[in-house]
Amino acid sequence: MAEIVLDGVTKRYPDGTAAVQDLDLEIADREFIILVGPSGCGKSTTLNMIAGLEDISDGELRIDGERMNDRAPRERDIAMVFQSYALYPHMTVRENIGFPLRLAGVDRAEARARVEEAARILGIEPFLEQRPSHLSGGQRQRVAMGRAIVRSPKAFLMDEPLSNLDAKLRVQMRTMISRLQHQLGTTTVYVTHDQTEAMTLGDRIVLMRRGVVQQVGPPEQLYEHPRNLFVAGFIGSPSMNFLPGDVTGDGIRTVLGTIPLADRARRALEEQSAPAEVIVGIRPEAFADAALARRGDRADRDDRDDRAGTFTGKVAILESLGAEKLAYIDLEAEHAVHSEHLADANQGAEANGRHVQLVARLDPKSDAREGRPVRLEYDPEAIDVFEPTTGLNLTRAV
Amino acid sequence: MTAEGGLTRAGEAEAAYGANRLGGNRLDESRPDGSRADGSRPGEGRRSESRLSENRRSERRLGWALCAPAALIMLAVAGWPVVYSVLLSLQRYDLRFPGRKAWIGFANYATVLRSGFWWDAVEVTAVVTVVSVAVELVLGMAVALVMHRTLVGRGLVRTVVLIPYGIVTVAAAYGWKYAWTPGVGWLARLLPDGQAPLTEHWPAIGIILVAEVWKTTPFMALLLMAGLALVPDDVLKAASMDGATAWQRFTLVTLPLMRPAILAALLFRTLDAFRIFDDIYVLTAGAQNTSSVSVIAYHNLIGGLNLGIGSTMSVLIFAAVAVIAFVFVRVLGTSTPGQDG
Amino acid sequence: MGAPRDLTAGRAARWSAVNALVLLYALVPVAWIAALSFKEPGSVADGSFLPASWTLSNYRGIFDNDDFTRGLVNSIGIGLISTAVAIAVGTMAAYAVARLSFPGRSLVLGLSLLIAMFPQISLVTPLFEIERALGLFDTWPGLILPYITFALPLTIYTLSTFFREIPWDLEKAAKMDGATPFQAFRLVIAPLAAPGVVTTAILAFIVCWNDFLFSISLTSSSRARTAPATISFFTGSSQFEDPTGSIAAAAIVVTVPIVVFVLFFQRRIVAGLTSGAVKG
Repeated sequence: MAEIVLDGVTKRYPDGTAAVQDLDLEIADREFIILVGPSGCGKSTTLNMIAGLEDISDGELRIDGERMNDRAPRERDIAMVFQSYALYPHMTVRENIGFPLRLAGVDRAEARARVEEAARILGIEPFLEQRPSHLSGGQRQRVAMGRAIVRSPKAFLMDEPLSNLDAKLRVQMRTMISRLQHQLGTTTVYVTHDQTEAMTLGDRIVLMRRGVVQQVGPPEQLYEHPRNLFVAGFIGSPSMNFLPGDVTGDGIRTVLGTIPLADRARRALEEQSAPAEVIVGIRPEAFADAALARRGDRADRDDRDDRAGTFTGKVAILESLGAEKLAYIDLEAEHAVHSEHLADANQGAEANGRHVQLVARLDPKSDAREGRPVRLEYDPEAIDVFEPTTGLNLTRAV
Repeated sequence: MTAEGGLTRAGEAEAAYGANRLGGNRLDESRPDGSRADGSRPGEGRRSESRLSENRRSERRLGWALCAPAALIMLAVAGWPVVYSVLLSLQRYDLRFPGRKAWIGFANYATVLRSGFWWDAVEVTAVVTVVSVAVELVLGMAVALVMHRTLVGRGLVRTVVLIPYGIVTVAAAYGWKYAWTPGVGWLARLLPDGQAPLTEHWPAIGIILVAEVWKTTPFMALLLMAGLALVPDDVLKAASMDGATAWQRFTLVTLPLMRPAILAALLFRTLDAFRIFDDIYVLTAGAQNTSSVSVIAYHNLIGGLNLGIGSTMSVLIFAAVAVIAFVFVRVLGTSTPGQDG
Repeated sequence: MGAPRDLTAGRAARWSAVNALVLLYALVPVAWIAALSFKEPGSVADGSFLPASWTLSNYRGIFDNDDFTRGLVNSIGIGLISTAVAIAVGTMAAYAVARLSFPGRSLVLGLSLLIAMFPQISLVTPLFEIERALGLFDTWPGLILPYITFALPLTIYTLSTFFREIPWDLEKAAKMDGATPFQAFRLVIAPLAAPGVVTTAILAFIVCWNDFLFSISLTSSSRARTAPATISFFTGSSQFEDPTGSIAAAAIVVTVPIVVFVLFFQRRIVAGLTSGAVKG
């Protein structure tokens, strides 16, 4: 049980490149915190610095108030779960889990009891006498977890522990890790590149990019109030739609037509002397099939009519996922949105030329068809407006 | 003075093998760079810099401690003698006339380099090296392909091929010697009467080549087979889908991809062939002008007890080896083992 | 080639023929020495491949020869000691080179590479003089030292490749589990490297066993002379007797242990021989 504080922590390599820059983070006792970001963003380096596997170039790491920079990993009392599991191939499961206790000189009988307790919690008792090579991926993962929990360390560090599992198992193990963490209440730092894992697991998310923290907060906060284009583009699946827009007197002119500005947004834009050209972001969830909405409650509809924006577009591809439908709509714009912030968030996938593709998440009852036009409506309150160069969110500065 | 010369040369040679770039994969060899790049909080940065290297420093100490015995042995048993042989080569030092020992500068080098025997030996060594390595490359490649591709008895072939590698060179050399000895050998019997190939210059060199090639081809084949294993099967499949014939797949896909393995194998074998001694010692003992440089140096030392001349030859041989290695590494771009990609 | 691996009779026959060629290549010269060693002294010079009548007298002869048995003892003793020291010292260096970062790391690698390609003759001359001065000439240590030196580069390179193949994460995991660097080496890395150490030991032993140049140059009697060098001093039991049969028998005797080793550890030896060479 421990509180972990990173105070201006920086990792610089001899060639001068900075893997992590001036990272400030306070991780509360019992907290489950997620470090997330595209590959190369410095999340694993940060984890390794907390672990003591990499030196801290600058700044300070404190665990329970004590400076840890110079301590060897074994003096930090932290357990780690590796992406490769790093099980010792020449030891049985029992020996693997018991290894930290053996090194700590724990008395044999007690060690045995604790190993068995850990195995019971993780449901791997039947495999205790086997070698890791005889286990399935999911079982190995649990052995790695067992080795971490067996000595009740101050904190768990997990480096993409689920990324070697297939999709189904990953969901199962995700739940298990979540439950285990609640049960044990051990401070946990978890690294992943998968935003779904980040959203579902953590108390708080630390989103990093190129060694710099972009935003820290609970999952909902990053989703609802992304501080910049990168955060907006990274969090959420499918990603937020981004459209080029021109600020005019009535609102913002986009390929969807002119979006009226809500009072709050107008004020924000005026205050911050927004540029004439902006990037407009709308989440796929903000769209609804206008036909369905009309069929709905009359009174509600009148109310909605006042502020809802609508537009019509041709459905290029329709993906039916059962609980929802994803409609991909091609729009011709004067130019697509180009931003390195988004390129980073999507790791290279970007719109090309003048072609803009919009994704809308629709109710399964929608009868949108591929190749047919569909009329969509959206809530203008739900849009975010970004400054194109800095990528800062103008409407939802948090 | 001379000791310094020796050390400098070792340093250059090391650079030539690219070994100085070996450290590239591990970071943080030089801490100071880190603190120089620090702009924001220089004072605090430097302070934590010196303290935090404790971890790193203990790693260094462990590294040095673990390497020290090996380094000391190698320096004492190889480093010092090399320096010493340079010293000896600058002296007139014949054990039969110890009283005449004196410093004579480069006179020994002049003697050796003006000697026809020396240049004959250089020629023999060069011929044996070039021909044997070339033949081994072709033969080794064929054997490697068989071991890599054969559909039946793969284990048996891979095992039996190692026999020539396992045989003591001297033992095998005696086998070849008797095989070609008139009246004794089964191969000599195939020759017309009165032929004694080991007593003629070129036939003798031919037999030396046979012995050398036979013994070392398996090693070459193993290195090449490991290179073959690095060529992904999918790439070959793709090439055949693209319409390449078997020969085209080999020359256009396999060989280029194997280039590093081939060069490394050639480097190893060339240096090894250049120091050929055992086969020649047993087969001809250097008669009929078949001495290699190693054999002639040996005769000057043990037979002639002339340490000055023997050392001069040693130094020259060593220099030749360094030149060969330099050509391979710098000109052909051979990567040396330990350079992780 | 890339096609399915079904075996038609034709292809099997063709591969069998090619394999047979390779087997003949490897075996015939060995079979010749073996055949020679079983010939009666009188029929050695008959020029036939197989002996007219088989005899063990050549073997009996060489084992009655004190010089040869002494040579075998020297070979085994010097080989084992050299190998043991080279492995002990080399394993430490290989681990450091593969796993630790410290200034001088490339120097160690460079030095071993230098020695690996070193012409032995360049060492023989100075060692001859140095060992005579130190009283090491014609002694076991006089051969053990150069053998260790030439086995070391091989050991360091081969073993460091084995060490590199052990995933980094295992060491990190050991550190996180509370191991000191030395514990991580002893409890995790060393056990996993054991097969590599065995392989390397075999290769190092072969290097020592196979040496001829040092043995004939740095000895002057059977005190330390190893078996291969002893063979070259065979003269036959009497002045008039031809030593051919004895030499052939001795050649087989020094060869058999190595060949058995090699055949027994075939897989590992292939892995060891090729490990350092094909990187990059």
